[in-house]
Amino acid sequence: MSDWLPRSAAGRRWLGLAPSYFIIGIFMLVPMIIMGVFSFLEPNPYGGVRPVGSLAAYIKLFFEYDLEDNLVFNPGYINIIFRSFQLSFGATLLCLVFGFPVAYYITLQPEHRRNFYIYLITIPFWTNLLIRTFAWIIILGRGGVIETPLLAAGIIEDSLRMMYTDGAIAIGLTYSYLPLMVLPIYASLEKLDFRLLEAASDLYANRFEVMTKVVIPLCKPGIIAGCILVFIPCLGAFIAPNLLGGGKKLMLGSLVQFQFASARNWPFGAALSMLLLSAVVITLIFYARAAKNRAAMEGSA
Amino acid sequence: MSEKMQKPSSVPGGKKSLPVGHYRGLGAWTIIFFIFLYLPIVVLIFYSFNANRMVMNWGGFGFDWYLKAFQNDDIQNAVWNSLIVATVATIFATAIATIGALVLARGGNFRGKTVSLGLITLPLMVPEIVTAVAVLIFFSAIGMNWGLVNVIIAHITFCIPFAFMPIRARLEGMDTSLEQAARDLYASEWETFRYVTAPLLMPGIVAGAMLAFVISMDDFIITLMVGGAGSTTLPVYIYSMIRRGLTPEINAVSTVLLLVSIAIVTAYWVVSKKTQTTTAH
Repeated sequence: MSDWLPRSAAGRRWLGLAPSYFIIGIFMLVPMIIMGVFSFLEPNPYGGVRPVGSLAAYIKLFFEYDLEDNLVFNPGYINIIFRSFQLSFGATLLCLVFGFPVAYYITLQPEHRRNFYIYLITIPFWTNLLIRTFAWIIILGRGGVIETPLLAAGIIEDSLRMMYTDGAIAIGLTYSYLPLMVLPIYASLEKLDFRLLEAASDLYANRFEVMTKVVIPLCKPGIIAGCILVFIPCLGAFIAPNLLGGGKKLMLGSLVQFQFASARNWPFGAALSMLLLSAVVITLIFYARAAKNRAAMEGSA
Repeated sequence: MSEKMQKPSSVPGGKKSLPVGHYRGLGAWTIIFFIFLYLPIVVLIFYSFNANRMVMNWGGFGFDWYLKAFQNDDIQNAVWNSLIVATVATIFATAIATIGALVLARGGNFRGKTVSLGLITLPLMVPEIVTAVAVLIFFSAIGMNWGLVNVIIAHITFCIPFAFMPIRARLEGMDTSLEQAARDLYASEWETFRYVTAPLLMPGIVAGAMLAFVISMDDFIITLMVGGAGSTTLPVYIYSMIRRGLTPEINAVSTVLLLVSIAIVTAYWVVSKKTQTTTAH
């Protein structure tokens, strides 16, 4: 039956991996390279590019042409990029503060209940993000779930205007990626030896010190992994800024989409994507370094 | 945060002291966490039964919007597109991921193993919007404009790692001695695979296929960018509905999609739990 398979182990290996290489290579890796090339070309006013080399897309990040055709500094896009980092950082921090105690609490539970909690945390993650973000419009919006009872009770007199703010985007981002923070922290806490906590306590560490000097350092890999897993998708987020920011408070992800859907400046969109991609690569390199250092330290200890 | 980090109160008359490692308020914090996580889902489902034309004005309980949604031709088309894309993408992605996982889990250590692993999980690392832009540019550069086929190819690509992970986890948790025993008893390689490896691996493959299906059904941004006018999937259609104005019809459609995802993930959970117990014995 298996006569048609290559005889050598290496031949079989590559035959088995070929489809993965083919699909991901052709439809992911090659497109990213073409995207890089496109970012150095001139835009075609009707979408697409003209095969003329140009740095215009990268210049556009910082400068614009004034009425007399002089290059002048334009902070507009830098501000959006800066805001994206700020909001992503804020959302990551919120996820950490909100998620860590929960991951810790789940670790303290008996095993069958732990599994159920994890199931409850993963459920929203597998459901449609667009729909769940849309639900926040109903909650935060004018005449929504939060405002209506407050207005009826006379606590507030006018709309709180929570929608279309940075706060709304931050809530949306936190909500979107919260499970990605809790799961890796839980995974590293699960391996924690609770006798170490007893030992610390016996050595007169108080509760606060047990937490900051024993628990948190030991689950640091989980915390770092969680932060990266939240931070990266936040940076490229499109749904939360678009629905909750009303499309006016742009972030990198929505700015990229805008270049292809409306502005029809493909090279600029490609350049922004390259910027996003390099931010991800830098974050991952930083993560790999930290993991390597940790491994080296554990090796020498 | 600070209130739960109280010092041990073993002082007479103080609150009863907690065991080491336990903190006050953790349970309450967790409850708030789950309310935050599930509030939008509950609100969404609740308002889908709103009889009023405006989402936020409660006009009584009714199923009107479900009926309207089911009779809407555009929604029916979008549902069909979503099902076609998800089914085809799941079949291809699961098949590709299965043979890839077999090589990576059973092929021993070989040069290029880390690179192969990196390549297969690449779609997980790259932000979705970047994938979307890159694939859009690629299809336009080679002039390929086959509507739903473009969408399906993009979906196969990002579904591969989701199908791959549970299959590989299952393979690595499997006892290889059974395969060795089969070989010792003169089963051919194919027979060993067909009658030993494949049945044991099946739960992993089913789990991988389920994840791939859910991921494909839920994808929005890549489909929005890659898909043309005729290849609207359900999430893309829901997005266009939100932009046109909020009616409970959105909630009704969304509730159905939500419940389908929850049902599949729950099935996945049950399957993987069963496999855990069977491998333990």
